[in-house]
Amino acid sequence: MAQYGFFVDMSKCTGCKTCQVACKDMNNLEVGRNFRRVSEYAGGTWKEVHGAWQQDVFAYYVSIACNHCAQPACVEVCPKGALAKRADNGLVLIDQNKCIGCRDCEDACPYGAPQYNRAIRRMTKCDGCQDRLVGGAQPNCVDACPQRAIEFGDIGELRRVHGTLAAVAPLPDAATTKPSLVIRPPRKARPVGDKLGAVWPLPVED
Amino acid sequence: MAERLGRAVEHTGIPLEHGLPLIVSVSIGAASLSSRNTNIDTMLGNADKALCAAKNEGRNCGRAFAVDRADGRYATERIFLWKGREKMSKQNEAVPEQRGEYSMVEHLARQGVSRRQFMTACSAVTATLVVPPFLRSGAALAVEAVTMGSEQTFWSSCVVNCGSRCPLKVVVRNGEVVRIEAENSGTDSCGTPHVRACVRGRAMRQRLYSEERLKYPMKRVGARGEGKFERISWDEAFDTVAAALRKTIEKYGNDAIYYQYGSGTYQLVAGRAPNFRLLNLLGGYLNQYGTYSSAQIREGMPYTYGDGGNGSYMTEVANARLYISFGNSPLNTRQSGGGKGYEWQCAKDAGNVRTILIDPMYTDSMLGKEDEWIPIRPGTDAALCEGIAYVLITENKVDQAFLDNYCVGYDEKTLPAGAPAKSDYRNYILGNGADKLAKTPGWASQITGIPVSTIVRLAREIGDTKPVFISQGYGVQRQANGEQSVRAIAMLPILTGNIGLPGTNTGAREGDVEMGAVGLPTGANPVKVVIPFFLWTDAIERGTEMTAKRDGIRGVDKLKAPIKFMWNYAGNVLANQHSDLNRTDRILRDETKCEFVLVIENQMTASARYADILLPDLMSQENFDYAADGYASGTGSFLVALQQAVKPRFEERSSFEICRGIAKRFGVEEKFTEGRTQEQWVEWCYNETRKKHPELPDFAQFQKQGIAKMYNKGKANIALEGFRKDPMKNKLKTPSGKIEIYSERLARIAAEWELPPGDVITPLPQYVTTWESHLDPKAAKYPLQLYGLHGHGRTHSTYHNVKWLRELHPDMLLINPVDAAKRGLQNGDPVRVFNDRGTVLLPAKVTPRIMPGVVAFPQGAWYKPNKAGVDEGGCINTLTSLRPSPLAKANPQHTNLVQVAKA
Repeated sequence: MAQYGFFVDMSKCTGCKTCQVACKDMNNLEVGRNFRRVSEYAGGTWKEVHGAWQQDVFAYYVSIACNHCAQPACVEVCPKGALAKRADNGLVLIDQNKCIGCRDCEDACPYGAPQYNRAIRRMTKCDGCQDRLVGGAQPNCVDACPQRAIEFGDIGELRRVHGTLAAVAPLPDAATTKPSLVIRPPRKARPVGDKLGAVWPLPVED
Repeated sequence: MAERLGRAVEHTGIPLEHGLPLIVSVSIGAASLSSRNTNIDTMLGNADKALCAAKNEGRNCGRAFAVDRADGRYATERIFLWKGREKMSKQNEAVPEQRGEYSMVEHLARQGVSRRQFMTACSAVTATLVVPPFLRSGAALAVEAVTMGSEQTFWSSCVVNCGSRCPLKVVVRNGEVVRIEAENSGTDSCGTPHVRACVRGRAMRQRLYSEERLKYPMKRVGARGEGKFERISWDEAFDTVAAALRKTIEKYGNDAIYYQYGSGTYQLVAGRAPNFRLLNLLGGYLNQYGTYSSAQIREGMPYTYGDGGNGSYMTEVANARLYISFGNSPLNTRQSGGGKGYEWQCAKDAGNVRTILIDPMYTDSMLGKEDEWIPIRPGTDAALCEGIAYVLITENKVDQAFLDNYCVGYDEKTLPAGAPAKSDYRNYILGNGADKLAKTPGWASQITGIPVSTIVRLAREIGDTKPVFISQGYGVQRQANGEQSVRAIAMLPILTGNIGLPGTNTGAREGDVEMGAVGLPTGANPVKVVIPFFLWTDAIERGTEMTAKRDGIRGVDKLKAPIKFMWNYAGNVLANQHSDLNRTDRILRDETKCEFVLVIENQMTASARYADILLPDLMSQENFDYAADGYASGTGSFLVALQQAVKPRFEERSSFEICRGIAKRFGVEEKFTEGRTQEQWVEWCYNETRKKHPELPDFAQFQKQGIAKMYNKGKANIALEGFRKDPMKNKLKTPSGKIEIYSERLARIAAEWELPPGDVITPLPQYVTTWESHLDPKAAKYPLQLYGLHGHGRTHSTYHNVKWLRELHPDMLLINPVDAAKRGLQNGDPVRVFNDRGTVLLPAKVTPRIMPGVVAFPQGAWYKPNKAGVDEGGCINTLTSLRPSPLAKANPQHTNLVQVAKA
């Protein structure tokens, strides 16, 4: 079975969020609902010495959609079996006829991939633009990135080309859900679990 | 019968495997056998022709074949047309996820067949039915498989003033834009990139359908600036504008009509050009020189290099060993996926270049892409350059041969005859000049906030590395004395001879290919006087007092009249992008001063509120035009077709049509149009461009392919390459023909101009401590330096009212944890940012990415003062000053002292 996944070159990402808007445009996502999310991770300190400033500042962005995990936490917790991996390509999809909108998957996913749609009271999420794939196109976020920092395809092939790194701070440990994700870290990337930086935007509870 | 058949088909859903109905609509073409036409194949052919005509009219239409002319032409008659689907569309709009979004046309579209192709090849894809004899005619039916309407893709562009004009593929369904897709023609590579639009262009749909779209011509009914308007007819609007123009011309002359700087719509025929064309036909208007973007670098650089100093192309960075840039964030300000920002990444990947960025902020062009970030206090770049120069000179790292042969005024040897003794650059730096102050790294450190050791190391790196590529963004020059900083930065490549060779630059911003696309001809402006773009508020208040030597008026010594008529097209300068908005607001509100304000705009911007007559412009997606690549595409060029993807929904008109309407009131409509429609002008202009670039496809083919790309055209990549090779043959445009480190022209200006106390113009590029720098005594009251950054989520003020962009790129005050702690501020706290000019409310973002003592927030948010005069809109120009820079008389919008407190 193939397993689709994303490669994100974080060393190229500029935090412009074109991927996010292209995704919102494609999927008609209102403010607050984002199938792809770009977060900033930044830290460092400043010290004044003889009237001049010294610093060790770092910052970078991480762009994450759904990682269509090998062990998807959302699938495990769904009480109605509404979430499942597609047999032929491993995409994690929601059957909205089964979904009851309990939002357990939202809590379970360490990446924040399932997004609640208030209008229909159902969960929604990135489906890898599976309809676009039919015609041979790439997911809209991939086609949109001005820096060509996102790729999509069989995760085995992406790993062969780009390696197997799937987490730096502030992402969760990849052992948790085994995401179908490969990243190229930015030069100043901090390890998973790092506490020197702060994430922005702050997680919103609602 | 045909109509009943059509309706029946449309109301029959075909269930699909994933449970949602496939809704099918039909277009019907009918033909019958007659005495003239007895051949069944001919009849079917005629039915097919009628079908094509029906499909061209849109879905749910039927046409009958009527006349068959001898010359092969034919005519059809409409037999029905109805609007289906509306109700269902609305239902589905509310619950987009429940849309059954799959159709044959979409399926074809995904395989590269557009609806347009589908339509124009009726015979190829129509299913033809022979209808039973009881219908008494033969008919061909095309089953156009659609769910919620089929999709059609049009070409357009994001024509705002970021420098790029990224093509947009506009996907339309049921007459409505449903999404934007990326330009992806040809091979995507670093040299031939797809011109991928950035986050702004991709959000176009929300701007097109924003709540702030202007729908009808309106006249002001409240006080000016209050924002109260009443709908009027186009006739009334044209009559009112024409009467005001007449009155102004008769009473004050054409000099009193000011064309406000505005850069919101850069398309070639129905953008700004018709406005200029009309005003020139009416006897001219008061124009400006310079821009809010780059006035000081464009004014300052020519004193050194003879022209504005278009730098080497970004691609040349690949050949450098060291890249140093001041206040330059290409991945913010040139963020198109087919422009200079992308070229910069490509060049860095291709080469082996160490990157040092000097900036008060750890920008989005850094994030590990830099090798070193050197934080610097705003407005002190010239001091850093002088500290570096001190090390280069004292450690003998200057290129003496280059300075002797190519430059004027480095040392006394090449100082012009008329210059005072020891007024050369070397003596100035070493402390032997008039100020007797050595510009040591220690001196520079105290001004810039950069450690001495960093300045010395940076200087040695510049002196010991070849080639070095040195450039600057436009942020450096948007300061109280930016002209000096611009030329000071140029001294680094000059001192080290990193000029005109592979991998080098002049210190200017990186260059750009210009293809010279032809727009609607504007004619010549009979009014020859121009004012600095930044002094229009002065020209309203004290126009007749303004002179050449005090205010930079050009063309005459003195202005004849103050500004009485404000023509404001596609621009938000009036009450947003200009400075000191509270004062500007008072000036604009006084109707005895500027007597009439015309605003032509597509959104209800802050400036539109000040209109007396407010006219609704089309957005490019509703217009027919073409656009060229702008000034940020780097080595690539392109033309993009602007096609009418959707029809205007209300009474909006193109600027060409608006100006034609006013021209008619003056009896010059014929002269204005020269007998051509807007569409014909677009074709004419395109063909003129094609004369310059014969490799361009013909107009019909251009419309079909939507974009025509060209790469580099063999133009030189390296600035001043010819001059370096042969300085005698390729003289610069300076009076000496050489690089003028010491400018006699500036010495003369410094002696002759009337400057206010504190303003300094010097023949050498010298650091000047300015008003509202961190060294201004005012810093005791307002201790933080404030500047406006170019965020990803807006181009100046355009796209401000796009909800997606405000969600993802909210306006926040960036403040260092050191400064936040002093004020008890936490991330997200609402704060007041204030000085003597005004107060802005914003949330704070406490971040180490901005240096201590400096705060910043994105420029361009829409000015929205509340009743207490506090700007809740987050517009930085509530806090900026109207005091111009000394030489360019330009906008020092990054020179501000403020205080910040919890709101």
